[in-house]
Amino acid sequence: MQIEVKNLCHHYVGAEDNQPPALDHVNLTIDEGEFVAIIGTNGSGKSTLAKHLNGLLLPSEGECLVDGMSTLDYEYIWDIRQKVGMVFQNPDNQLVATVVEEDVAFGPENNGVPPEEIRRRVDDALRRVGMEAFRDHAPHRLSGGQKQRIAIAGALAMDSRWLVLDEPTAMLDPQGRQEVLGIVKRLHKEEGIGIVYITHYMEEAVAADRVVVMKNGVILTEGTPHEIFTQTKMLEELGLTVPVATLLADRLRAAGLDLPQNIITDEELAVALCQLR
Amino acid sequence: MSITLNNVTHTYMTGTPFERTAIKNVSFSINEGEFVAIIGHTGSGKSTLVQHLNGLLSPTTGTVTVDGIDINTKKAESLAARRKVGMVFQYPEYQLFEETIAADIAFGPRNFGLNEDEVDERVREAMDFADLDYEQYAQRSPFQLSGGQMRRVAIAGVIALKPRYLILDEPAAGLDPIGKRIIFDKIKGLHEHGTTVILVSHNMDDVAKMADRIFVMHQGVLAANGTPKEIFAQRDLLKEAGLDVPPVTETLRCLKEHGFAVDDTVLDIDEAAKSVLQAVRGDRHAE
Repeated sequence: MQIEVKNLCHHYVGAEDNQPPALDHVNLTIDEGEFVAIIGTNGSGKSTLAKHLNGLLLPSEGECLVDGMSTLDYEYIWDIRQKVGMVFQNPDNQLVATVVEEDVAFGPENNGVPPEEIRRRVDDALRRVGMEAFRDHAPHRLSGGQKQRIAIAGALAMDSRWLVLDEPTAMLDPQGRQEVLGIVKRLHKEEGIGIVYITHYMEEAVAADRVVVMKNGVILTEGTPHEIFTQTKMLEELGLTVPVATLLADRLRAAGLDLPQNIITDEELAVALCQLR
Repeated sequence: MSITLNNVTHTYMTGTPFERTAIKNVSFSINEGEFVAIIGHTGSGKSTLVQHLNGLLSPTTGTVTVDGIDINTKKAESLAARRKVGMVFQYPEYQLFEETIAADIAFGPRNFGLNEDEVDERVREAMDFADLDYEQYAQRSPFQLSGGQMRRVAIAGVIALKPRYLILDEPAAGLDPIGKRIIFDKIKGLHEHGTTVILVSHNMDDVAKMADRIFVMHQGVLAANGTPKEIFAQRDLLKEAGLDVPPVTETLRCLKEHGFAVDDTVLDIDEAAKSVLQAVRGDRHAE
């Protein structure tokens, strides 16, 4: 069970001829249960890639396979969209109903799931995102973080095995950011749901198993958070931010402290400094 | 010269079952030339508050004055005072509407009654702010620009009104670090040239780096008002208000918990490094 992106190219319709493709021969495999973060500047192709993972966009060249099913094969498109759930940046753009539980039920209802099964799935999904107390609330009156949790519940009610989240915290306040990231981490760790997480917040990307760096429609490099975030020079040249602990470690090393190279979290910095005592 | 709120309360839908007081007895002054940030979680009253600063909302009770003039009267001086305060909403690029960039920017100045020569001059200046060459871009559609450029054109449309006080609601939301730096450098430039800036943001790091003074809104009241150093030292208050400290403060606090005598109120990375060095070397001397 995996998502395989093979030689994927995407040309947007209406783009001028001399414009480079939004995706240029991208290859990427995401295993079941993996947590992959995708980082890169605006226009690097992150969101375009995300929209290929459940067939919202279709390849101009190459292919995208979910459990061996190609998004180009119309017969499979609904199965693919069931397996791969999507959460977008703006919570207001993806809630459709006027009552929370009806919103979560929207997907399974459209798939013709029997009513008692829908009931069970909706209850279960709301419990898993900690929103059962809000079941009969109006979605538009919830906070941004709560709205995103409802959007995640909508995917869970479809029994999705993967969640693709495109900057889900960009519009949220600090509390909302923590709520959403906390739920995503839990779903990955405890339930084994595969996560593809696009973000500009490096503190969030640190939680991933693997970080993919995109630029101009290609995958520039990928590796563990430690491998990627310790390359401060590359990140700065790309115009991305570097975790504070890494920046601080760089400066301390320059001032003569003997610190290891692989520091990306506050805790790691503290432990390394303790060893100098 | 200042914007002053005196005991401002705003209640939505008074006299209905949906009646809700969004801000309660808020009083403060923002002086000309300051760079102020307003922080608070979703629903804390920030948006209601800033909409009072240029008269988009009127107080249910209390007064708002701009340079000493009450902006909520029907007098001509009230309108003139409101016009000193420019407002850039969240995702301003959604408000672009004209066929060309020049026409979009010209909309505000023309409505303020400037003659065509003045309007043209304002458009040129605003395009300069947006880093768009006039000859090349004036007659193009704003909808063919990149996200960051569209954002700058939308902000330029407000800059063209030459506000003395400029309110920006999350001007960098959704932009990558480079796009964000460009916008913030522009805003800093305006501030250096005398514009008073009021920034609403969820990003504690940006706020710590840019503002002279921070207002914390919580449950409709002004919960705190101080310099970034003063505000970010009050961890419990921020937590209570659903907010957070900047990443650098978080890192220093973690080191402090591990027994290092670092100064966790510094907000600049170089100062933080200095403080950590001192703490580590101090420890070694002690042994």
